[in-house]
Amino acid sequence: MTRVLELEGITKRFGAVTANDDVSLHLERGEIVALLGENGAGKTTLMSILFGHYTADSGTVRVDGQELPPGRSRAAIQAGVGMVHQHFALAPNLTVLDNVLTGTEPLWKPRSDRAGGREKLVGLARRFGLKVDPDARVSDLSVGECQRVEILKALYNDARILILDEPTAVLTAQEAEGLFATLRQMTQRGLSLIFISHKLGEVMAAADRVVVLRHGRVVAERRKVHTSKEELAELMVGRAVKRPTRPPATPGELLLEGVDLHLAGKGGASLKGASFHLRAGETLGIIGVSGNGQTTLAGLVSGLYPPDVGKLLIEGHRPPRHDVPHAIAAGIGRIPEDRNAEGAIGDMTTWENVVLERIWSPDYSTRGLVRRDAARATTEAILRDYDVRGARVDGRIRLLSGGNMQKLILGRVLSADPRIVVAAQPSRGLDEGAIAGVHERLLEARSRGAGVLLISEDLEEVMALSDRIMAIVGGRLSPAIPAERATQQLLGLMMAGDWSTLDDIAAEGVHAV
Amino acid sequence: MRFERRAHPSRALTILAPICAILLALLLAGGLIAIAGANPLKAYRLILTGAFGSRLGLSETLTRTTPLILTGLAAAVAFRARLWNIGAEGQFYLGALAVPAFCMLPLVSSLPGPILIPLCLMAGAVAGMVLLLLPLGLRLKFGVDEVVTTLLLNFVAVLFVSLMIEGPMKDPMAFGWPQSVPVPDAAILPKLMDRARLHAGLPLALAVAVAVWWVQARSVFGMRSRAVGLNPRAAAFAGVPLGRTLVAVACLSGGLAGLAGAVEVMGVKAYVTTDLSPNYGYSGIVIAMLANLNPLAVIAAALFSAVMFVGADSMSRALSIPSYIADVTVALSLLTMLVAIFLAQYRIRR
Repeated sequence: MTRVLELEGITKRFGAVTANDDVSLHLERGEIVALLGENGAGKTTLMSILFGHYTADSGTVRVDGQELPPGRSRAAIQAGVGMVHQHFALAPNLTVLDNVLTGTEPLWKPRSDRAGGREKLVGLARRFGLKVDPDARVSDLSVGECQRVEILKALYNDARILILDEPTAVLTAQEAEGLFATLRQMTQRGLSLIFISHKLGEVMAAADRVVVLRHGRVVAERRKVHTSKEELAELMVGRAVKRPTRPPATPGELLLEGVDLHLAGKGGASLKGASFHLRAGETLGIIGVSGNGQTTLAGLVSGLYPPDVGKLLIEGHRPPRHDVPHAIAAGIGRIPEDRNAEGAIGDMTTWENVVLERIWSPDYSTRGLVRRDAARATTEAILRDYDVRGARVDGRIRLLSGGNMQKLILGRVLSADPRIVVAAQPSRGLDEGAIAGVHERLLEARSRGAGVLLISEDLEEVMALSDRIMAIVGGRLSPAIPAERATQQLLGLMMAGDWSTLDDIAAEGVHAV
Repeated sequence: MRFERRAHPSRALTILAPICAILLALLLAGGLIAIAGANPLKAYRLILTGAFGSRLGLSETLTRTTPLILTGLAAAVAFRARLWNIGAEGQFYLGALAVPAFCMLPLVSSLPGPILIPLCLMAGAVAGMVLLLLPLGLRLKFGVDEVVTTLLLNFVAVLFVSLMIEGPMKDPMAFGWPQSVPVPDAAILPKLMDRARLHAGLPLALAVAVAVWWVQARSVFGMRSRAVGLNPRAAAFAGVPLGRTLVAVACLSGGLAGLAGAVEVMGVKAYVTTDLSPNYGYSGIVIAMLANLNPLAVIAAALFSAVMFVGADSMSRALSIPSYIADVTVALSLLTMLVAIFLAQYRIRR
């Protein structure tokens, strides 16, 4: 085999932080290497150095034996390195063809060769099985299709080495499977791939070789056939990580009840008659393919918008007003789906982020003035009790890592001891260690007697945490099944909208309780 | 070359950066003065003596600082909440016009000064508020961009003032000049110096700046308005009422600009004309940006701007350098300040 890519002794520091410490890595032709590591392990930095976005403090990058000049993306592209970013770099108002052609032709060329470009694009798409309509506007494409366009863009530039940064972060399970089949096909045609990931399942499914990065260093390198999920998890985190297990539930009184909820979509899918109930001391999991109304449901329960039709009863009562302060006052703790866009304000201080949603409470304000000392004290307690690292009470929280941000949000919510916890995608984008922490906290809240409404697209998570599971499809909720009866297959049917067998199972569940 | 955001911008840097920016702007403007054929050091000395060197110069500088503090604050509080109020000029004029209009009401003009003055100031502030609430309503209801509406309302406001002072509010004793009826003596702000224009508006503006700073830093409203500006989605998730917060911000911002107009008419001129403001409203935007939206820094930025304008007037008489150099210097310092603020928050990486 021939080495197409070699990174040698790459070191990169940001101030006091060493993001990459003497990292060496190579890639053979036709090989898929997974770069595995937790958030903040230095994976993305390393790939940015390879692609010329950053300049390494020391070390070299060689493609086909030729050293790349540092800090020049164009040189990397010309050498045949293509990068598919986690956050797509596409212009939504242009067509697929325009997006692919952009940047491939000199600016002063009088006319762009669209016919030739189209031919090449269609040819590539056919060869690699990346089906996409060259004339479709990018804004009309699904996330999976956008990713295909990104890959095609790289292939169009004659990339022979492709780097994919967390390619499955935005994909559904089916789309991810399709992607890996495509990648496999690409290696058979001589391409070599590196993909960055912190998901063990997909690393085991797709990679030939796994390089594990921790705290900026390569801690291990394994052929896939010689390793296991468990070993990789331990290598990645540096200690054995086990997700907590769920003790049996002791459901108590009815805490939250949604009755025939209808709500026209607020930037998401609509709710069309969703009903559910949640008891104290239990977790109700709601699964579904993204875009079936779970965002709207989470927003409704969180107090962001009232239902158009139907009612939401909290401990049997309708709060006097359906808004956020009343929801919080009624004992609802809210973990938002998007922690950076909804859960936190990056340019405000940690303490402001902690108390903003309770600023109306006499605990944190009197006569319109903020009680800063009380707010700071609460924040300090949360930083300590929830082990939030890298945050200062008076510092901006912009630079907190995802895991620490989520710890802070969990602390903000759970330290107030809510009766009801609404957790929307609570572990999305987190690494293994952080996920275990989130699960532990949610189970803790449940055993304290809170009712937890868990809305998640991660089946494993829902099966591990929930006592009962419902599926949301087209804005409606399926009958609930007891978690003991849940199998991947049954949940798949539920998410596809086939509920014919559920009533029997649900009824059985009732008898069992 | 790349820019990386600093994790924790140091305090020394945030204070030092603006000072360096002003010095750099003065250096650049000095180059222009030299090209125009004068000695820059001499020119700056003349500007300083023009602005501070005499009792009259000092009075003029501070008189000019007064409305600039208020319009600067108007822009600063609005921009903090990402409410782009470009309409301080129009709000200034309506605030000014509200004073004689209010005094034309029956019985009002016979009120004693200690009651009449606060009422007149309030009338000005309310007029400014109303002019800003209009475009805000359009934004909240229909999503109309307030940059355009507030900007265009400036022209509407000035034309409305012109309509009033040519018509129902025209002063019959002014030999046909288009000016409003004068403000009654009881509503005139007390002078701070003999035979000079400096008036009680200055301490008022300073007190307002401190109050605004305090409200922004310490109150629930200040925290909410910042949250709305920085991340409206997260603010909504935290239960901050977007509409109500913006209405409050608009009342404060429009009110400050209206107050500036009222203070100017009650302190300096005693009647309204359509050249009452040498772009005080627009300058407020520049001053707010120079101050990095900090209410206390607005005082310094307003003073700097006033010094340049008053000083350049006297400097240009002595050196035959066009007094436009004041405009150029203020504009240059805005540019250098924006760069400095950026550099204080980011570091350069190669």
